[in-house]
Parts: sequence; C-alpha cells; structure tokens
Amino acid sequence: MTRRKPIATGSDWNFETLERYEQAIAELAREYRLDTYPNQIEIITSEQMMDAYASVGMPVGYHHWSFGKQFLSVEQAYRRGQMGLAYELVINSDPCIAYLMEENSLMMQVLVIAHACYGHNSFFKGNYLFQTWTDASAIVDYLVFARKYVAQCEERHGVEAVEQLLDACHALQNYGVDRYKRPSPISAEAEARRQEEREAYLQTQVNTLWSTIPERAAPLADHLLPDSENDPLGLHRHGRYPSEPQENLLYFLEKNAPLLEPWQREIVRIVRKLAQYFYPQRQTQVMNEGWATFWHYTLMNRLYDDGLIDEGLMLEFLQSHTSVVSQPDYDSPYFGGINPYALGFAMFSDIQRICQAPTHEDREWFPDIAGSDWLDTLHFAMHNFKDESFIQQFLSPKVIRDLKLFSLVDDDRDDSLQIEAIHDDRGYRRIREALSVQYALSAREPNIQVWEADIRGDRSLTLRHVQDRRRPLGQSLFPVLRHLHQLWGFPVKLESIENGDTVRRYQWPIPESGRESA
Amino acid sequence: MSYFIDRRPNARNKSAVNRQRFLKRYRAHIKRAVEESVNRRSITDMERGEKVSIPSRDISEPSFQHGPGGRRTIVSPGNKQFAEGDRLRRPSGGAGGGGSGEGQASNQGEGVDEFVFTLSREEFLDFVFDGLALPHLERKQLRVLEETRPVRAGISREGVPARINIVRSMREAQARRIGMRAPLKRALREAQEALAEEERQDPVLRNPARIDELKSEIERLEKRISSIPFLDTYDLRYNHLTRQPMPSNQAVMFCVMDVSGSMTQAHKDIGKRFFLLLYLFLERNYEKVELVFVRHHTVAKEVDEEEFFYSRETGGTIVSSALTLVDRIIEARYSPEQWNLYVAQASDGDNWDDDSATCLKLLDESLMAKLQYFTYVEITPHAHQALWDAYATIKTAYPERFAMEQIVQAEDIYPVFRELFRQRTES
Repeated sequence: MTRRKPIATGSDWNFETLERYEQAIAELAREYRLDTYPNQIEIITSEQMMDAYASVGMPVGYHHWSFGKQFLSVEQAYRRGQMGLAYELVINSDPCIAYLMEENSLMMQVLVIAHACYGHNSFFKGNYLFQTWTDASAIVDYLVFARKYVAQCEERHGVEAVEQLLDACHALQNYGVDRYKRPSPISAEAEARRQEEREAYLQTQVNTLWSTIPERAAPLADHLLPDSENDPLGLHRHGRYPSEPQENLLYFLEKNAPLLEPWQREIVRIVRKLAQYFYPQRQTQVMNEGWATFWHYTLMNRLYDDGLIDEGLMLEFLQSHTSVVSQPDYDSPYFGGINPYALGFAMFSDIQRICQAPTHEDREWFPDIAGSDWLDTLHFAMHNFKDESFIQQFLSPKVIRDLKLFSLVDDDRDDSLQIEAIHDDRGYRRIREALSVQYALSAREPNIQVWEADIRGDRSLTLRHVQDRRRPLGQSLFPVLRHLHQLWGFPVKLESIENGDTVRRYQWPIPESGRESA
Repeated sequence: MSYFIDRRPNARNKSAVNRQRFLKRYRAHIKRAVEESVNRRSITDMERGEKVSIPSRDISEPSFQHGPGGRRTIVSPGNKQFAEGDRLRRPSGGAGGGGSGEGQASNQGEGVDEFVFTLSREEFLDFVFDGLALPHLERKQLRVLEETRPVRAGISREGVPARINIVRSMREAQARRIGMRAPLKRALREAQEALAEEERQDPVLRNPARIDELKSEIERLEKRISSIPFLDTYDLRYNHLTRQPMPSNQAVMFCVMDVSGSMTQAHKDIGKRFFLLLYLFLERNYEKVELVFVRHHTVAKEVDEEEFFYSRETGGTIVSSALTLVDRIIEARYSPEQWNLYVAQASDGDNWDDDSATCLKLLDESLMAKLQYFTYVEITPHAHQALWDAYATIKTAYPERFAMEQIVQAEDIYPVFRELFRQRTES
C-alpha cells in the first residue's frame, strides 16, 4: 500500500491547498497528454455564480430581459436547493475561465479543477468543431464590444427598440449559423475598426438590391462594383433571389433586409456571431460532458492512488460522481431524458475498456481500436467527432446493454407505439443509428432555409421548411414568423415541403379572411 | 499554466439590470400577483419578498421547433420488459409516468407550467407602492416655517468678530496696501534718483538747497509708506449667514379607530391592513414617522398598538371625541410647523346623530388647517349614515386633502388605498 500523504484533510480549503492540488492535477494531466489553454480559476460567491449562470456563463454580456429571466429561475432553483453542483461553469476562452464557488468543500473544488480546468478545457482546445468555429482568444473582447455597442444603441434609439430587435434575433439565433462554411474568426478589435466601413458598404449593397430602377441607380465606387466575386448573392443574375437557398437566416437578413437601419444590422450580426460561437457546444454535449467526467474520475482516482487525497475526500467524491452519472430509467419519476454526463462517461470509459481488455464482441465491432493504445484512441475520439458521429462510431453493444437502451417509434398514423429495437443482437445497430440521429442538430431542429425574396414584386420573403417524417412545425411558429416579419419589414411566408410537395403554407401577417394570399 | 483569482470582493448583482428589465417587461403580471398577495398576507408578513408565478406560455421565447405528430423514433434507457415488435398503447395526455414521447410533446409549450420566481422585499414594496404618491408632499416646504437653519450666504463688510473671514480680510488688506503704496513708492524712487543725480554733479555745481529739499522729501515719503496700516478696519470681511426655512422630514400618523361593539375583529383586521399600508408608505417618504393610536367609543383614548387592535368595547359611538383628542395631541406634541400630520380613520360609520355635525365643525374649523391629509375608510356593507354625509361636506371643501372610501371586504383594501393615494397630476 502507498503511504498516504494527503495534501490536505478535512473539507475546508484555502488558496494554498488549492494551488497544490491544482499543480498535482496539472502534472497528471501532462502525463495523460491533456493539452489545455492556461487556466484562470476564479473564486466567486454563490450570488456571483448565479449571475454567471444567467449570462450563459459569460463574464460579460449585453443587457436583455431574457437573461434576467434566466437569473430569476436559477435563483429560484438555487434557493429551493435544486441546484447544487456548479460543475461546469467554464468558459471556452483563452485563458480558460473556470469558476469555483466559495461555499464548495475542498473535495468539490478539487473535483471542479479536474473536471473543468483539465476536462472541458482540453476539449475546447482539442475538438475539431471548437477549433474550426471558435476563437477562444477573442471571445471575451468581442463580448465587451457587443455589450458596449448594444448599450450605445439603447442610448440612441431607446431600450425598447433594442429589446424588440434582440427578441426577434434571439428567436432566430439557432438559424444564425453556417453549418458548413467556416466562419471568419471574431475579433473585437477588427470589429470595431471595420464596423463603420461595413455599415456604409452594407447599406449600398442593400440599396442596390432594392433599387426599383432596373439598372444601377447610382454609380458605385470601383471596389463596390458587383462583379461575380463581389456578388456572392447573385443579385445581378436574373432568376430567383437568392439563387441558392440560404441556411443562415440571420446572415441573410443582415445583408438583405430592406428596411433595417445600419445599427440594426450590426445587432443582428452580434447575435449571429454569438450563436455561431455557441454552435459547437450545442453539438457536443455528450462528448464534452463525458470527456470532462471521464477525466475528473480518472484524475481523482490517480490522486487517491498517489496518496494525495485521503479516504474521506475520496468517499465524498465517489458519492458526488455517482449522482452526476446516474441515469434514471424511462419510467422513473426522475427521468428527464438521457443524461449526457452518464452517456458520455459510459462511452469514454467503454472506449478505454475496449482498448485495454477487449472481448470477442469488441474485436468484431471495433477491429480498429480493440487492443490499441487507449490514450491515443481516446484523444482521437475527442478530437475528431461531434455527438452525432461519436455515437455512430463508438456506441458499443456493451453500453447499450448497460443502459438497457430501447427505441420506440411514435407514428401519428398508428394508434399504438411500437418497440423498434431493444438491447439485443438484432437491435444494437438500429439503436445506435436512432440515438445518433437523436443527437443530430439537423434532425432535432426543423430544416428551414430562405427560399426566395421577391425583390421585383411585393418584397415578401419565402422560407422553405423541408419536412421530415411528416413532423410538422410546433405552435411557436407564428410568434417566430412575427419576429421574422419585424426584421424583414414585408410579408413573410413559409412553405413546408415533403417529398417535393408543398404540404402546408403559413404566412405572416395572416391574410385577412376572404382574401387569399397570392 | 494556471492562476487563481479571488473575485469575491468584486461586484455582485451583475444581472441587476437584466433582472429589472425582466420585472419591467412583466409588470402587469407581477402587479396582479402583488395585489393578491397584499390582500392575502398577514401583517407581520409585509416585510418579506413575494413569490410570483407567470404562465410559461406568456414568457417563452419562441423558436422554430417540431410540433407533435409525424413519425419519430425515441431512444430511452431502462428497458425492463419490452421485446422488439411489442406494441403499446399511446399514453393519453398529461399524467405523469408517460414515456419519452410525452416529454417531447410538452416541450411545445402546451403545458400549464408556471415560471416561478421570488421578488425581493424591496422589489415587492416597489410594486406595492408603484404609482402612489403622498398628496401635497411639498406643501410643507412652500409654507413659511418657523424652523430655520443658518446657511452661508457669501461675504459681507459687517458682522461680529466671531465670523471674521481671515483669508478674505488679509487679501483685502494686501490689495489696499499695494494700492496705497504704489504712488508713494514711485515718488520716493523719483526723489532718490534726483538726489543721486544731484550728488553725482561736480561739488561746485551742486545745489545744497535742492539736496536738502530732496532729502526731507525722501524722509517724508518713507514715513508715509511705513505709516500705511497693515490691517485696517476697512479691510475686514465677515462670513455672512442667512436663516433659511427648514422643511420638515418627519411625519406623524394618527390611527383613529372606532372600537365600539359593532366593530368586529374582522373590521379591525381590515382597518389594520389599511393602517399598515399607510405606515409603510409614509416610512418610505419621511425620515421619521411616528404613530399615534387613538381608539374611541363614546370616549376616546390614546393607546398602544396592541390595545388598539385587540380591545373591544361596547356602547355607543361618539366620533368627535376622537377628533378632539387628536386635536389636543397635536397641540401638545406635534406642532404642524414641524410635523407632517396624517390622520387615517377607520369606522363602520355608526355615530350618534348629532355628533356628526360636531365632527364637521371640528374638522372644518380646527383640524383640516393643520393636516396634510385626512383619509376616512368606512368598513361596512351597509348604506351610509350621517357621518358619511358630514364627511362628504368636508371633502367638497377640501378636495385635495380629504379622501374617503368604503371598504366592504378585505379585497377592497388595496384598491381603495391606491385610489386614496393615487398620483394626482397637478392641474
């Protein structure tokens, strides 16, 4: 047995012990090749933690009532004791900011350091989505820029006008991302510099688009001439505008909405940029939480094995860890869907197992990784996937059995539900397929794109919803259309298409009865 | 590389603005909840915040979502009894224990979920008093008041030695000295130069008479220069003080209640809540608020709060006895020059017939001149009697400073209070 020489005992912490634990964890993390941004670990009070939660964890943000709502609900949950763990408040920035609540016990502080500062942090730095889509070094500055800009607009145009605009943008923010195009990184400095330039340029673009005279109304400066390179939207080719459907609704509005003022376009841009920043997080919940949970578990166990924490702390840790990764059954009153911590942790642990102690089944299912170096494989998985593909690639029969997963088909043309697959030989692949789809944003969110802006007619905007498996749009559709209409300024239409047929049409404002929409 | 930062001393409440924005946006909802709560609450509860709930539907932020219907596949954990191909009845709406299909549906905002949050005490009271204003709050300041305080009002040439402004006096003295010396010094210099020139001349050509003349002139000038006083009474400056009337920051509230047999405990509870609202309200507007409790049946008596609300007597009612007592207390302890005086009276309106005329006279001739505001609430479901009519006359005479309303049940208290103290636009 190792002789225990714990860094500290008991549940009280101080900066010195935290620093020593942090160093111990950092050393182990190096051993496991966890590459991280520098950590900025902030000790805060519970009130400050609630503030942080309310602003999606961001250290600064513009003002909006919805963050107030968020704050009130967090506060309520906290008061009722429903929210204990302040585990995952960690910001994808460079340096990576993690929050430790002063009320936490020593064990919790050590756990959060392992989970956030080495788990999440290395995920942010390593995963391809974050690498592609976010610029960790610029986000905090950009937030400061956004906050200032929004505050200025409030001063000039009134709080209410800005609030309405933000409401409208927020309603569309999930459709403010480019899914396939790599965005230009956001940088506050460049934003501020280019902002005025952009205002003027954008407005000339919009003016050109909407000029009622067929030819160009006014001679444009050379660099603004719409040649094919400067005309990505295809304004001057005839035919449908835009010539290709546009998936990024906010981008389209920013560039084309006829009536927006320059400052309004800038705010649309701000919401879009932030939505873009959060886009990777929405696609990697299971992986990100699973990765962080796997590493806090591994690191805590190593600390224990190395004698740096005592039995008491370890027991406290295990209790906390167990509750984090618990997965209530579908028929339990505590069931709230699949727990991303549980699923992610189970999968990463399983990958480790497949590498270290592969069974016959594993060799059959995972010939490439069974028996390979577990650390290499784990890092490979973390770097190159998102939830959808991660599950598709790594969900093993064992995990399906352990969680007793089953898939159920709910078809409104069928008066009963059908069990499509369960955790048996015939079901594994189908369950894996179905669960992967369940995590695909493209299946979770309706597929809606800009189809046509009637630039030569009534200026109406038509969206197309490609309906999938006859799933209609939910009731919140009309409120969203109303917001969209506010941004666009002219009638907004939406068509649901399935298998090439238009199955439903919506319009806002709703045409007066008796007068059919054209 | 890692570093720790202790952020605890930093500002909290970063979300305060967002929180305020939220409260403002849902003002109507919150106001309704606050109103209900004020009516429902027991008195000692008044100092707490309040839980408010708003239907989630009213507060949701819309986004494009899938609605119920179509074909969907749901993967869930924890299968115990199902086998592939099993068919099960679709759980019929709502009730707990439904499968994950149910969870999907309620995401669409059809549920009756409530968004619940807690107002802080301050926020709660803000809503309670929202839109209310004390009538004639500024009246005291416009009136000529006896109470004054000295205020600095610049510099004067006259005053008592205790108020000499030394710096200003010295400055004046120096200016005077410079001014008085300048011509003498110039003359002195000229004389000295003339003398020097005279003395430089060849001894044969020197004019001794002239030299003597210059020498005596120089002597005279030097004497005059040295005789300019360092400080003259003319230089003295004094701090000037004027007396400024001082607005009063204190208020006294007379709670007057009929405790005769006809006033039940329920009546008094209603009265109590009314007084309590008024007290909280005054407390927000004045630095110091005193309470005087006067109860009466046929005779009036000043009592403490406990006795005021919980004692009960039998017998008739003479309202004027209480008004007389109030008037006497004002005379003795609360000079209208120094106090903002409020009277709140609660009664069931029962009074001896000829007494109402006495009340009218008392109010009109003595009390109303001293009071900021007199409110009368009649707690009764019945028709009004003589007292109400008498008060109605006063209300006509003092429309700005006299208010009366009827309260039938507890729910009326808050609306009536709001009516009595609604913000009046200056006409």
